[in-house]
Amino acid sequence: MTKPVLECENVVKELGKGAGKVRALKGVNLSLVKGELTLLMGPSGSGKTTLLSILGCILTPTSGTIRVEGEEVAGKGPEELAELRRKHIGFIFQSYNLFPTLSALENVRIALDVIGRKGYQAALRAEEVLREVGLGNRLKNYPSNLSGGEQQRVAVARAIAASPSVVLADEPTAALDSENGHAVMALLARIAKEQNRSVLAVTHDPRTLGYADRVVRIEDGLIVGEERRPQGLDAPEITDLTKRRKANA
Amino acid sequence: MILTLAFRNLFHDRIRLAVTLVGILFSIVLVAIQLGMYLGSSRMITSMIERSNSDLWITAFGAKSFEEGGILLTSRERHQALATPGVKAVVPLVVAFAEWRKPEGGSTRVVLVGTDAEDGALEPWSLVSGTWQDIKSPDAISADDTYFRELGINGIGDTAQIAMGRVKVKALTHRIRSFTQSPYVFTTLSRARSLLGAESDKATFYLVQLEPGANLETVRHELLTRLDGAEVLTKNEFEDRSLRQWLFRTGAGLALIGGALLGILVGTVIVAQTLYSSTKDHLNEFATLRALGSSSGYIYKVILAQAGLSAVIGYVLGILISLGILYISRNTPLPLVMTPGLAGALFGLTLFMSAVSAISAIIKVTRIDPATVFNR
Repeated sequence: MTKPVLECENVVKELGKGAGKVRALKGVNLSLVKGELTLLMGPSGSGKTTLLSILGCILTPTSGTIRVEGEEVAGKGPEELAELRRKHIGFIFQSYNLFPTLSALENVRIALDVIGRKGYQAALRAEEVLREVGLGNRLKNYPSNLSGGEQQRVAVARAIAASPSVVLADEPTAALDSENGHAVMALLARIAKEQNRSVLAVTHDPRTLGYADRVVRIEDGLIVGEERRPQGLDAPEITDLTKRRKANA
Repeated sequence: MILTLAFRNLFHDRIRLAVTLVGILFSIVLVAIQLGMYLGSSRMITSMIERSNSDLWITAFGAKSFEEGGILLTSRERHQALATPGVKAVVPLVVAFAEWRKPEGGSTRVVLVGTDAEDGALEPWSLVSGTWQDIKSPDAISADDTYFRELGINGIGDTAQIAMGRVKVKALTHRIRSFTQSPYVFTTLSRARSLLGAESDKATFYLVQLEPGANLETVRHELLTRLDGAEVLTKNEFEDRSLRQWLFRTGAGLALIGGALLGILVGTVIVAQTLYSSTKDHLNEFATLRALGSSSGYIYKVILAQAGLSAVIGYVLGILISLGILYISRNTPLPLVMTPGLAGALFGLTLFMSAVSAISAIIKVTRIDPATVFNR
């Protein structure tokens, strides 16, 4: 069996205090392995984003165990958690969270700078990943001059620039139109398959289903179902889309 | 990338940047003027002592400053000093405030300095018109061209009255200014005594020159044992005493230093306020950086770089304006002084001020919850 890169066992998360305390997660178990695009789906308030934050070492669970590349997260302070994120996790956000004052290239470079990769090599790497996501001709553009789809692709490039083993995406298609949504999901599926990373995308967008290797459903803070989808990138609708995009290009 | 991000954050909002720079600039100019006045005042207060060719100053006990020494020393002290081993020369000097009656009526106060330049202890420097020989001629004095209006004269040849006698301007000095705003007027020792009504063996100070190789402390100690009712001070000690008298006992120096502190305070508050609001505006970006795994130190560096860039730009502008004001002040009775040391200290102060200003922003950033990146 493939060794999980990110796993959680019996994770409980309580939010708020006193009478306002809410149990957002009620004992969640989940393992992510390399080479898979996993979708975490569920209605609003089901605990998707809380689980994503915990898996991304941004929030700490009230109880339960998190392991990133076999390393236990429990007991680590904010700086150690930041170091874990630097080493192993890439993030993609619903509203891109790009730096408006930096160009596409600089937005990717800053993610490398954070992990200590600086100078010419970092610039080359940033350019390389931007070309990978199809933005080789938009390197110098600022976020305000990019479409939503392009901005999300910059965010994807930023997430993978440091070669993390896990990429966590929060509603990556929510702010995109259909075509851009499909393009970003195809990109994430490719990242999982071709770069052998584990990608977890939180979504309630049914358009994304066709790209998933696995769909995990969460409701009321509990995993209520999980299905494997063998097609992944080879699914007929994705092949059709790829053909259509190539034809348009 | 830290500098790039700091620079872009700073220049992203030009109006806020302008406010920050005005804050720093205002602070720099205010501090430069106040400290420039302080330095200028200090130089004026100590210039006579500094320019003297002496190793030790003998003063009447308790003499407060160069201008307020009294005319209390007699030839007895001089002879005792001359008899002290290691002493080469003891040169008398008469200094006192005196009333100057203007040719066209009215009067003002001057500081009359009686000296014999031939003795090589103190002479009027920067003479721009006339010579020491001219000052030695009957009734002659030298006045400074900065104070023509105060003295009611137009130049060489004008006459006035000092205390008890008529004097004639025979030489002019340039920019020998007085902190007390009572202009320095030079004349010979005997004429000063005569004008002031002092006895012919009286003096305000004796300027002691040592034999080559003589130990200053030993000679000073020997002089002190021989002289009753007199003090023996080194040049530095007498300068310090004069500075204390004019700058601190009168409160003038405290006012200047207080003004400088106010400048620092105002500058710090303005820069802190603008840095804080800039950080608040970019909080989401800092949270994103944190989510991407940046250390707190990385974010602090961005904020400090912003503060540092503001400081450098503000300093350059501030110092240029200050130099302009300094240039304008060069012919006024209270010229400002800027030294490389002061310019360097101001730069250090600007950086320090900006770093202190960054504290509130850093505290704000410390409280960032990276989870907020998912809430937008």
